[in-house]
Amino acid sequence: MSESTSASNRTLAVSGQPGNGIRIGNGRMLDRKNRLRIYNRSFRIVCVASAVFVCLILLSILFFMFRTGILTFRSVPASTFFFSTNWDPENESYGAFLFIFGTVALTALTLAISVPISLFVAVFLSEAAPRWLSNALRPVLDLLVGIPSVVYGFLGLTILIPLLRDITGRQLTDGLLAAAIVLSIMVLPTISRISDDAISAVPAKFKDASYALGATRFQTVFRVMLPSARSGILYGIILGMARAIGETMAVVMVVGNTPQLADSLFKPTSVLTSNIVMQIPNVPFDSTWNYALYLMGFLLLVISLLMIVVIRVLQKKGVKA
Amino acid sequence: MQALIEIERLNLFYGSFHALKNISMDIPEKAITAFIGPSGCGKSTLLRSLNRMNDMIPGTSTHGSIKIAGADIYGKDIDVEALRKNVGMVFQQPNPFPKSIYDNVAYGPRLHGITSRHKLDEIVESSLRGAALWNEVKDHLKRSALSLSGGQQQRLCIARALAVEPDVLLMDEATSALDPISTLKIEELAQELKAKYTIVMVTHNMHQAARVSNQTVFFLNGEVVEYAETEKLFSNPQDQRTEDYISGRFG
Repeated sequence: MSESTSASNRTLAVSGQPGNGIRIGNGRMLDRKNRLRIYNRSFRIVCVASAVFVCLILLSILFFMFRTGILTFRSVPASTFFFSTNWDPENESYGAFLFIFGTVALTALTLAISVPISLFVAVFLSEAAPRWLSNALRPVLDLLVGIPSVVYGFLGLTILIPLLRDITGRQLTDGLLAAAIVLSIMVLPTISRISDDAISAVPAKFKDASYALGATRFQTVFRVMLPSARSGILYGIILGMARAIGETMAVVMVVGNTPQLADSLFKPTSVLTSNIVMQIPNVPFDSTWNYALYLMGFLLLVISLLMIVVIRVLQKKGVKA
Repeated sequence: MQALIEIERLNLFYGSFHALKNISMDIPEKAITAFIGPSGCGKSTLLRSLNRMNDMIPGTSTHGSIKIAGADIYGKDIDVEALRKNVGMVFQQPNPFPKSIYDNVAYGPRLHGITSRHKLDEIVESSLRGAALWNEVKDHLKRSALSLSGGQQQRLCIARALAVEPDVLLMDEATSALDPISTLKIEELAQELKAKYTIVMVTHNMHQAARVSNQTVFFLNGEVVEYAETEKLFSNPQDQRTEDYISGRFG
């Protein structure tokens, strides 16, 4: 009898042991519980506060740009600002369409040049090149990402523009094409390295499956590897695009900085960023001109946010298929 | 029975490692041949030689000959893509593409130039029926293949392999990542498929080899120790090492 009782007590003690750590009790156990609760709460508060802080920064940037920019419309009708191509602030003409068009066209042109080339570079690095070669090229591309944009602009000014002059036989070759080429060279390492990583991360089992069905290397890359790496590649393109839209120095040096609509690839023109940076030092503080430049900065923000949203939506659609 | 695959004095090296040593065997058509043996004995390597998937691994060299339906698949005039179309493969891990069920099955036929929607629909249906998956997926062919269970994914991979109309089906431990019920389904499927296809399977599971196959080959250290009718090999092994292995004394 007594033996069986002590045995059952022992069993209870043993089975109760794992529960001790989470049991609410007195003394040390309570301390531990409170301590954990404080740690968890404060960690949570720090995380939430950081997230709120980041959102606040974004919102306040948008707000301050908007608050000053909106003053433009006190003296300029919105239709003139958005649709007129006549930018002549000394004579009270504030038509910003040519800059908006320039920024959109320049970005599109840049992506049209850089995305195909980047994809080929990425496929070459991840699939075709011998290992020693890709191991040598990857760090080189990573270094290119870090080159300051003013250096790219400088090279564009001193090498690319004279080269374009020789090829086309024109007097002036500053313009969208020159800027797009410089920007393409600038974003190419970014897009190709991120795509390269995305393609390299596609599981080998997909490749095996494709080859085992009799696919050639070309078919495997274009039908399996690239579609599987799609979201990573899109991410690379977003980063490249963000860089292209916001790039200022490299563009200023080759785009020509003339406020006229670019109806030719070689016509000197101006985009939102280059116009802001060229004119902001000279404008009176409380003038419509100043407000118009703020509004252009706000537009730039909105355009890049919109493009990111569009790509996010595309990306979600892609994942579903 | 007619031999479809004839392997003669095959030697294979990974760099300096001698993975397959002087292997000769005939594999009969429209039957299931199982390769068994401990890990690293070369059974998967031999299987991957039959559709030249070993070509992908750098530093591999193959000597000797493998003839499938009379053609030396390591010969100079061989078209590797056509060979792999003819010798389908199912892998250890179910590996459907991250595409829809339909696109997975249609992948192979599309590679080989079939574009007609009508024809593709037919191939997809008959392949999925062939892999005993049609009834489970016919109403959601557009759904992602990754939404299927592991066993369904593996049958989808079998359907995908059947869609290019191979003669030979290689199964590389095709059930080792699956639960017992899915395994049973795949085994039953293999029994049905052997009426039309020559099946070669690698398995870690001796009971599976005993249940499913017509012939069994026992490998050890890159050599063939014993090759016999399955029933004979398991009931009356000729070699002491075979007996030790099948009775669970090592491996």
